Amino acid sequence: MPDTALEQLKRSGRIVVVGASLAGLRAAETMREKGFAGSLTLIGDEPYEPYDRPPLSKSVLLGRADADRTLLPRRRALDAEWRLGVPADGLDMAARTVRLADGDTVPYDRLLIATGVRARPWPNEAEGELDGVFTLRTRDDGAALARALAAGPRRVLVIGAGFTGSEIASACRERGLEVTVAERGDGPLVGALGGVIGAVAAELQREHGVDLRTGIMVTGLEGDATGRVRAAHLSDGTTLECDVVVVSLGAQRNTEWLTGSGLGAGPRGIACDAGCRAFDIRGIVTDDIYVAGDVARSPHALFGYQFLSLEHWGNAVAQAETAAHNMLSESTERRPHLWVPAFWSSQFGVNIKSVGVPSMGTEIMIAQGSRAERRFTGVYGYQGRVIGAVTFDNSRWLQFYEQQIEATAPFPLPFTTVDRRSDGHKPMPADFPDPSVPTHGPTITLSGYSPADRRITFTPAGH
Amino acid sequence: MNDGILSQILDYANRANPYPLYEELRKTPVFHDGTGPYVISTYHDIQSLLHDPRLSSDSRNLAATAGDPLAEGEGEEAMALPPSFLKLDPPEHDRLRRMTNRPFGPPHSPRRVDSMRGGLKDIVTGLIDNLGDPGRIDLVDQFAYPFPVTMICQLLGVPREDEARFHVWADTLAASLDPDPDADPAERQRATHDSRMELGMYLAGLIEERRKNPGDDMLSQLAVGHGPDESMSTMELLSTAALLLIAGHETTVNLITNGMLTLLRNPDVLRQLREEPALAVPLVEELLRFEPPVQLLPQRTPLVDIEVRGITIPKGSSMWLILASGNRDPARFEDADRFDPHRKDIQHLGLGSGIHSCFGAPLARLEAQLALSELARRLENPRLLEDPPPYRRNAVLRGPRHLRITCDGIRP
Ligand SMILES: Cc1cc2nc3c(=O)[nH]c(=O)nc-3n(C[C@H](O)[C@H](O)[C@H](O)COP(=O)(O)OP(=O)(O)OC[C@H]3O[C@@H](n4cnc5c(N)ncnc54)[C@H](O)[C@@H]3O)c2cc1C
Repeated sequence: MPDTALEQLKRSGRIVVVGASLAGLRAAETMREKGFAGSLTLIGDEPYEPYDRPPLSKSVLLGRADADRTLLPRRRALDAEWRLGVPADGLDMAARTVRLADGDTVPYDRLLIATGVRARPWPNEAEGELDGVFTLRTRDDGAALARALAAGPRRVLVIGAGFTGSEIASACRERGLEVTVAERGDGPLVGALGGVIGAVAAELQREHGVDLRTGIMVTGLEGDATGRVRAAHLSDGTTLECDVVVVSLGAQRNTEWLTGSGLGAGPRGIACDAGCRAFDIRGIVTDDIYVAGDVARSPHALFGYQFLSLEHWGNAVAQAETAAHNMLSESTERRPHLWVPAFWSSQFGVNIKSVGVPSMGTEIMIAQGSRAERRFTGVYGYQGRVIGAVTFDNSRWLQFYEQQIEATAPFPLPFTTVDRRSDGHKPMPADFPDPSVPTHGPTITLSGYSPADRRITFTPAGH
Repeated sequence: MNDGILSQILDYANRANPYPLYEELRKTPVFHDGTGPYVISTYHDIQSLLHDPRLSSDSRNLAATAGDPLAEGEGEEAMALPPSFLKLDPPEHDRLRRMTNRPFGPPHSPRRVDSMRGGLKDIVTGLIDNLGDPGRIDLVDQFAYPFPVTMICQLLGVPREDEARFHVWADTLAASLDPDPDADPAERQRATHDSRMELGMYLAGLIEERRKNPGDDMLSQLAVGHGPDESMSTMELLSTAALLLIAGHETTVNLITNGMLTLLRNPDVLRQLREEPALAVPLVEELLRFEPPVQLLPQRTPLVDIEVRGITIPKGSSMWLILASGNRDPARFEDADRFDPHRKDIQHLGLGSGIHSCFGAPLARLEAQLALSELARRLENPRLLEDPPPYRRNAVLRGPRHLRITCDGIRP
């Protein structure tokens, strides 16, 4: 028997999307593609139509693209009501309404939450407000930082050597700017890719003239009389003069607006089932609230049903499409979000890509190429199976390793390949930092616990 | 039922339409007749094998008994010129391809191909202007062959006057990919060897000249090199130059000719293209799916025993990946035997995939787009004089030898 309620929803229902960026847009487009003819409202706190973030730390900082020219291409006309420049600040699950900061309430039959993450700010608020101190998440951030770099600062300090921080450092060097990178861990990208690859990334940075300082923390920023940043104090007791500081300490989930709503939303994101339906705080799945993109945490069958939260472009698109499909489907027609995580970055002229969940890996082997040439494939193993892979300028092979991950192929790889070098025959410890110590670096966080989990806070030494 | 299907595919009698044979072949996705190669014909298998690092493109990894009717006398050949990067694995492949790419594409020469647009257009215009009697045109001899050849000569910096000489070598070498059942294998091997030798000597002279007197052509730039890690040995340079020259000769010709043939068989699409030249872009993609100029890749061999669809392919076996069959796989493409330039989802295998994907792809695409849209615009009411046209012998690099057409006139 056809579900008449569903038919009615498709014909004349009200769907509201909170978070008008990549995931929100792709979900809305998918809903229209699936024949949703009802009313569609997109709520976004930024004043802009959906734009693309990856260029912000790459071509925008190089001055090759304008921050206001990264609008996401539209796949189709949306016929939606846009509520831009106003944040949602509350959810009433019983009444099925979203409250906006301007006092309006917007009713929904189905709600999609795609509020993403924001840059983690510098913990000392006053220091963070000094002129010349930046974070990078939004188009406005990108434009401001690009302007600051174009002005030719004498030295840029990047705090944190995750993907974004490393890309910023790369852009600085390409612009001929002096740049120092301060990283608490042992090397760049260590949180996401482990110490073995981090060492390669460190070499890459140093060779390109980055003043990379690892195992070090910035303990304070100092301004001059006009309120401009002029120096940073480091945990080894030294002081570094710098006139631009980029705080690149990872991200925080945009879930505060849901506090008290009864939805299972917390600092680690919004937990949902594999079909993108959000959990409430009792651990019961909702029927009308869906989640997608950076803000979501969903269990993945391939990775032991662990709840993954991924800050990956491709994940946002795939999850949005799945959520949109499921929002308009009978329960038997719903699909799980089974996307194999994949990420790319480009820095210091190297194209870096990963698939699977490298950070779950305990061991790594260099299956192809060589670290010395910085052209290689690293394969991560976890309990005797292949769990992830990373390539440096070697991405054309990646599809194969993705299939190995999907097939839960054995690790170490029991076969040889073209371009296997002598150092690639034996696995070695992947060298991830102790997970019990909070880091700010990883782009992938894995956790199997309730969303009301303990808070991760960044506490620089000395504070 | 499958008995002899490979010889049927190679049989010249089936050259004009091998697609029913491919369809038959796909019923046995990993086909092996006991002595010959392992033949892979479905889209997804080919696509994943092209990304499989356990497969080598280096024929030195073939077991002596691989039983490949397309295998070459590698010993002989090795004495003439070392294998080009087409037949090498990483890291040598990567190094050579990277260096070759330096003067050709991004990041070092990002606008090279696009900057050739004007020159390409001039050649096309000149060739069409000189087609002569519109009642009898051989589109191969008068257009599809001279166009890419003129272009590759310009790009490499090879004098166009010498074309007649290396045309013969290029033809012989392209033919060496194809087993002609009537030819004496020893004779063929000798001809191949001689051609490689002569081509090598010719190019060596040219490179010497370019070293002394460099221009901004690719040969000069490759010869000059970029420091100790980034320069090719003379032998490497010779085989790379030979590869580019031959690939530039034998593939785009077929792409353009197959394209015109397909358009003449689909007059409504031809009309659309005339009215809307921008259609050339998706149209060429569909063409690369529908009638790919490289029908199959005969040079892959597993380094270890591998399993495909539950069948173990032993280490050192010869494998053929039938790109043209994968492109018509109904499990991948809806209505796969239909030519539809408006197709949305068109990730074809026409230019290969993975590390060996067609090096000249950006140029080939641009050449075909320009050629087809200009022919569509300028030929008035063109018709085929014979269908099917006579084909070249080659089963691997497949295309008409002549394409005789007629039209009511040539528009300015
Ligand atoms: C500088 C940078 C570089 C990147 N580079 C790469 C890369 O190379 N490769 C890669 O795979 N990924 C990259 N990413 C990550 C990628 O951009 C994200 O995964 C993607 O943007 C996630 O999309 P989303 O829609 O889930 O979240 P977001 O893009 O964060 O969008 C969420 C939107 O919701 C809005 N919002 C938040 N709260 C509210 C509220 N209460 N009410 C209304 N609106 C709200 C936010 O302001 C934002 O506009 C990069 C990200 C950044 C910032």
